[in-house]
Amino acid sequence: MASPYSPPMQALIDELGRMPGIGPKSAQRIAFHLLKVPEEDARRLAQSILNAKAKVRFCEMCFNISDEPQCSVCSDERRDRTMICVVEESRDVVALEKTGVYKGLYHVLLGAINPLEGIGVDQLKIRELMMRINDAEPAIQEVILSTNPNTEGDVTAMYLQRLLAPFEIKVTKLASGLPVGGDLEYADELTLGRAIEGRREVGA
Amino acid sequence: MPQYRDNAVVLRTYKLKESDRIVVFMTEHHGKVRAVAKGVRKSGSRFGGRLEPMSHVDVLFATGRELDIVSQVELIGTTNKARNDLDRLSRGMSMVEVVDQLGMEREETPHLYKMLVGALETLNSTDSDLVLGAFFLKLLTSEGARPELDFCVACREAIGELDGGSYYFNLENGGVQCRRCSLGRRVSGDALLLMRAILGGRMIEALNYDSGAASREVTELATLVMEHHTERRLKTMHTNIH
Repeated sequence: MASPYSPPMQALIDELGRMPGIGPKSAQRIAFHLLKVPEEDARRLAQSILNAKAKVRFCEMCFNISDEPQCSVCSDERRDRTMICVVEESRDVVALEKTGVYKGLYHVLLGAINPLEGIGVDQLKIRELMMRINDAEPAIQEVILSTNPNTEGDVTAMYLQRLLAPFEIKVTKLASGLPVGGDLEYADELTLGRAIEGRREVGA
Repeated sequence: MPQYRDNAVVLRTYKLKESDRIVVFMTEHHGKVRAVAKGVRKSGSRFGGRLEPMSHVDVLFATGRELDIVSQVELIGTTNKARNDLDRLSRGMSMVEVVDQLGMEREETPHLYKMLVGALETLNSTDSDLVLGAFFLKLLTSEGARPELDFCVACREAIGELDGGSYYFNLENGGVQCRRCSLGRRVSGDALLLMRAILGGRMIEALNYDSGAASREVTELATLVMEHHTERRLKTMHTNIH
């Protein structure tokens, strides 16, 4: 059946429909919304997409997204250069930065080892991490493995742990346990088990 | 909304929307079931942690229009040891991948479920490469593709007692070949001995005999036979994390 839309409109709906989480209905709704907005707004949106594509790249040190050769964290002289926090994606850097607790550097792997999807070591920035640790000046004292607490994240963390074992570096992993504001009785066994394993002395 | 309850093993998960997942289960009575688990990627999720691949669970499903919905999940057994060890975890991933390939949606295959549960329990208690190879060989047998280990698949002559030398395994013909017909991949007598023990129901004997090199050989060969049988590559066996 021929499309009920004119070719430019159909092209817009098709392009929007390729975005993650946007189905055909949502694509249609957004397309109609864009037709209604003033031309200036549409131009600004198109320009910001082009700008982001042209200017945003990966930091040459840590593979976080950045508009400079080095991201704001790597180029900040006040950061502790002896610590590297390894995360899966740039959005994890944002989440950790929001806590305001961590003052070291990051390394973004751009994914996690996912055996079931066939994503292995070579598709990630693991070799770059090892080179960075080898060449670091001052020497790295601690690597914090901050992959997601799911199977893929655990596989990645265990693999890195094995790679880092020969180095004289403290390797730590983010604590895993109960979410703030949650009820103990609703916690699943795996989380609660890890919370017990990772318990710590209070008042010390 | 009608509901049903079943025991299952989580085979894999896919991300869906902001915080949901599609979870693929191998159930005891309903075959392979794909269901939506809502909100499980949020850190406060009540049962997200129970829906990781390899988890053995008791699930309450609500029948949906296209996909069913996961309403409640309880863990049946723990696979902590298998989860905290990279080698065992990657073997477990291969087990769930192959069951995902062999299982049919909504087609009852209790033997696949039972074999997977048994293999995951063995994985939790035993650290040997042989656990994975043995699982593949037993699955192949249940699929009617048991490798022939006693007679040459070319000339039908009995192979007889195995010695320390090497033999040949022909993937196309699904079995071992004698030294005169020597066609196929080389396989050691030790590896064949282990395979005979596994398929002869002497798994404990095989595990005790386990020599490391022969076990790896068995698992490599069993992987090739399985890939030949399903005509698909086992992705988990090629990710290079060992």
